[in-house]
Amino acid sequence: MTTTAPAMASTTASAATAPPTPSPRRGGRRRQLGWAVLFLAPSAVPLLLFSLLPMGVSLWVSLQQWNLISDPTFVGLDNYRSLLADERTRASFWHTLTYIGGYLPLVYAGGLALAVGLNHTFRGVGALRTAYFLPVVTSWVVVALVWQWLLNPSTGLVNHLLGLVGLPQPGWWTDPAWAMPSVILASAWKDLGFVMVILLAGLQAVPQELLDAAKVDGANAWQRFRHVTLPLLSPATFFVVVISLINGFQVFDQVDVMTGGGPAGASQVVVGQVYDLTFRYGSAGEASALSWLLFLVILAVTIVQVRGQRRWVTHA
Amino acid sequence: MPRLRSAALVAALVLGAGVMLFPFLWTFVTSITPSGSLADGPTLLVEDPTLEAYRTLGDSLPMTRIVVNSFWIAAVTTLLQLFTGSTAAYAFSRIAFPGRGVVFAIYLATLMIPLQVLIVPLFIQLTRLQLNDTYFALLAPSIASAFGVFLLRQAMDQVPRELDEAATLDGANHLRIYASVVLPLVRPALATVAVLAFMSSWNSYLWPLVVIRSPELMTLPLGLATLQGRYTTQWDVMMAGSVVSIVPIAVVYLLAQRYVIAGFAHSGLK
Repeated sequence: MTTTAPAMASTTASAATAPPTPSPRRGGRRRQLGWAVLFLAPSAVPLLLFSLLPMGVSLWVSLQQWNLISDPTFVGLDNYRSLLADERTRASFWHTLTYIGGYLPLVYAGGLALAVGLNHTFRGVGALRTAYFLPVVTSWVVVALVWQWLLNPSTGLVNHLLGLVGLPQPGWWTDPAWAMPSVILASAWKDLGFVMVILLAGLQAVPQELLDAAKVDGANAWQRFRHVTLPLLSPATFFVVVISLINGFQVFDQVDVMTGGGPAGASQVVVGQVYDLTFRYGSAGEASALSWLLFLVILAVTIVQVRGQRRWVTHA
Repeated sequence: MPRLRSAALVAALVLGAGVMLFPFLWTFVTSITPSGSLADGPTLLVEDPTLEAYRTLGDSLPMTRIVVNSFWIAAVTTLLQLFTGSTAAYAFSRIAFPGRGVVFAIYLATLMIPLQVLIVPLFIQLTRLQLNDTYFALLAPSIASAFGVFLLRQAMDQVPRELDEAATLDGANHLRIYASVVLPLVRPALATVAVLAFMSSWNSYLWPLVVIRSPELMTLPLGLATLQGRYTTQWDVMMAGSVVSIVPIAVVYLLAQRYVIAGFAHSGLK
């Protein structure tokens, strides 16, 4: 078998390329191409139809005035212009930034504290990690509903407890000033375990010899953490920041369920505005333009971070 | 670490875990509290627990259907992504075809396209094809995931090439090598992709919200969100729905924990 196989391979190869240029290499390449098409088709067709094509369609729609019912009219960059001049666009970007500004420090500080605490070996540490991670697998819709109930202004548990200790009871998601903080609180609860897992992996990669060496040199626990652990944790931190910003700019599910963007638009975020423009105001052109603006913002922010990482990310 | 300090640390971590898990307990407790006593103030020990909320839930939505939908949509998405992801990964890892680098770069580029850019055009495309409000519409955007391709390719690149060479000498073609040599050796990566596909389908909200109108085609997150509009003040019903949605995914998580955490750590997908 082993002796005949190469012989068979060479005959089929030369047969495939027979007439014009009898080069076995080209025949092999063409056959490889056939195999590649066969293996790539199942993924390439759906990616083309449901990712790349709609990306192009979206760009085209963003240049039209279109309510999805009558015929579209070409309006050039008008949608972009009117969006940039619209106060609601500024408001929704501002709310999205507020979300990120509240959420990121909260999950990072909490996740770091948990990761440091759970980076020890003691009985039950695995169960604790499992417990902290459980909210991560819960859907945003459920997280939003559960927190809407916990933060219910009149009958919710949180206000009940606040009342018991004599603290003021905010109106949470029913109060324009507290709507976004409510969303932030629920989101941080869900994602704390995620950040913990990333940072824990980073901590486990910190070589013990370095920490020991610092100790020999007289560094106290805080100094070892600040000058050895934190710099070596910077790649994991970088990952958390990049991912949190990408996901943060696209925040929607929990806002939609908890506040619906309200009260009175107080927590309307960019994706919420895209949704409303399409399905409430029948302005698919503006919706597409806004989704492109958001995409460009995310892209720019990500590029700036990747460029800027040299200044603060240490690679061991 | 000194013993006292480590005991304090463990105590703090256990307490913290209790606080983190408490909302789950509270959700369950609320779901079995008679709706009349919800306004009386919170209590953990329900005097007369009832399944009334679950009954109301079943009466107001085709709940069994919705749970079954969520399951099979997630299962089909998972199988599709395993198939489309592993075949593409094999091509990138094992077949030397012209333009491989460029094609792979295009695949990776699709990772950067956020769903919110796609909702309007995808909605238009599916409306044109009269496929809105169908199971196909639910599945369409997640038939293939470039992330799965990427993760599986990395795993396949680790499989020693000597193995395929030996198989080639034995007369095996690419189909055979894919199915009997490479696939069995990347099982952990397949498990990670499977778990991520299942979870993101199970939890997905924005896309079903855009394409699904009929209650009998809904998945759990969408069903729950619709319920919210109808029962704003019936927290026992809302929490019963949440319990129904949490339990299956929590079981998947506890059974496949290793792969779940690996998947999340790799992707940052949520």
